Amino acid sequence: MRAFLGASVGKKLIVGLSGLFLILFLVVHLAVNLTMFAGRDTYNAVAHWMGTNPAILAMRPVLAAGLVVHILVSSYLAWSNWRSRPERYAMVDAAGGSTWASRHMFVLGGLVILFLGLHLSSFAIPMTFGSPPLAENSPVMKDAYALVTARFGLWWYVSLYTAAMVFLGLHVAHGLQSAIQTVGLSNRRWRRRWARVGNVYAAVVAVGFASLPLYFFIQSQVGSA
Amino acid sequence: MRIQLKIWRQETATHKGGFVTHVLDDVSREMSFLEMLDYLNTTLIERGEEPVVFEHDCREGICGCCSLYINGRPHGPGKETTTCELRMTKFADGDTIVIEPWRSKAFPVIRDLMVDRTALDQILQAGGFISANTGAAPEANSIPISKERSDEAFDAAVCIGCGSCTAACPNGSVMLFVAAKVSQLALLPQGQPEAKRRAWAMMAKADELGFGACSNTAACEAECPKGIDIGHIARLNRELFRGGFGSLATAAS
Ligand code: FES
Repeated sequence: MRAFLGASVGKKLIVGLSGLFLILFLVVHLAVNLTMFAGRDTYNAVAHWMGTNPAILAMRPVLAAGLVVHILVSSYLAWSNWRSRPERYAMVDAAGGSTWASRHMFVLGGLVILFLGLHLSSFAIPMTFGSPPLAENSPVMKDAYALVTARFGLWWYVSLYTAAMVFLGLHVAHGLQSAIQTVGLSNRRWRRRWARVGNVYAAVVAVGFASLPLYFFIQSQVGSA
Repeated sequence: MRIQLKIWRQETATHKGGFVTHVLDDVSREMSFLEMLDYLNTTLIERGEEPVVFEHDCREGICGCCSLYINGRPHGPGKETTTCELRMTKFADGDTIVIEPWRSKAFPVIRDLMVDRTALDQILQAGGFISANTGAAPEANSIPISKERSDEAFDAAVCIGCGSCTAACPNGSVMLFVAAKVSQLALLPQGQPEAKRRAWAMMAKADELGFGACSNTAACEAECPKGIDIGHIARLNRELFRGGFGSLATAAS
């Protein structure tokens, strides 16, 4: 096991598998978010269920562990890759064929993490540990809807959110096909298909997430005008 | 035509190198890139200066000796060409051409533009061989192999081992080279006896030599003078599984 973890291919497999796990999580998260479009009561009920269901709560540490592993192992790889070229090139023309996203996964991931900090501090942490106002029609349900829409009325928050979703989309677009390649489920024909699947998936996730802040921001502007 | 060359000059592996600019006045468009460098060296020698050291042998794209990172790309501009196949028609009068050696911890500079690529041989020695005694060329139909399979194996076998995959890779990974070597053997019956340990042994060697880890950017494939597909890297990854990741590295030896 030590040799497996010591080898770059072992570490890559861990990054790929944890990445795929996080990619799956994204779509679940998105589905929950989209219930906001169904209105305050539905969203609050879903948020309450997510915050109290034991199975969901049990998944939280697993998710956190997956994220931490993904970050630590990929950072280590990025660092050792950097060291594999002690003298850098004076001129690099990447016109060849690699995508910009594929060459900047570390930076894109870092930006997503920065946003994640803001995101957790503005939503998940107050919902879990704080005591935000309760929903009108329930003695226990927190008014998640109000918490979120208040944030989505702030231009700077909405801008950061949208930018972060672009970074996330680019990261996932390369990440998905890259993970598939690392687990060996690709070949000459399939890699183009996987690339397309990755791009579509990333676009759905990025647009899906960004649609909420944009929608509610516009609504708040129209409402206050 | 007039060409300005910014060339990396470095006396030995331990000396500090740097760029030196040389101007060549009457370069003809008919010259190959290496002939242009020969011409530069002739003028340098005539002036009593040290010629630029660079590697070359066959000059017809089959030996893998030539290297050179030209204007930010291994083997220079153009698809599926080696430096020796590159012509000066790709450049225009007044151009500045930046020439650097392959950059990798595993390829130390010997002098100027020449690097030591022994690391590639060491990877092959770790597993890129077969032990079956194949004797003389066998009767072609005695072991039936499908057309697709032999084509795929051949596509991998065209690797000339020049190292441009590593030179192109933003991570300095050698995975396309290893993939080509593993693939050609994994697809054919002669490669089976060692199949379970080959991929792991070669990748472990690559790590040890200081190559980076592939992150599937496909920069290697774009610059490979033989157009080797990264689909072979996916096969290499499957071969790692097949060998049980070196049986989890021989139960954590
Ligand atoms: S000199 Fe032989 S491949 Fe270029």
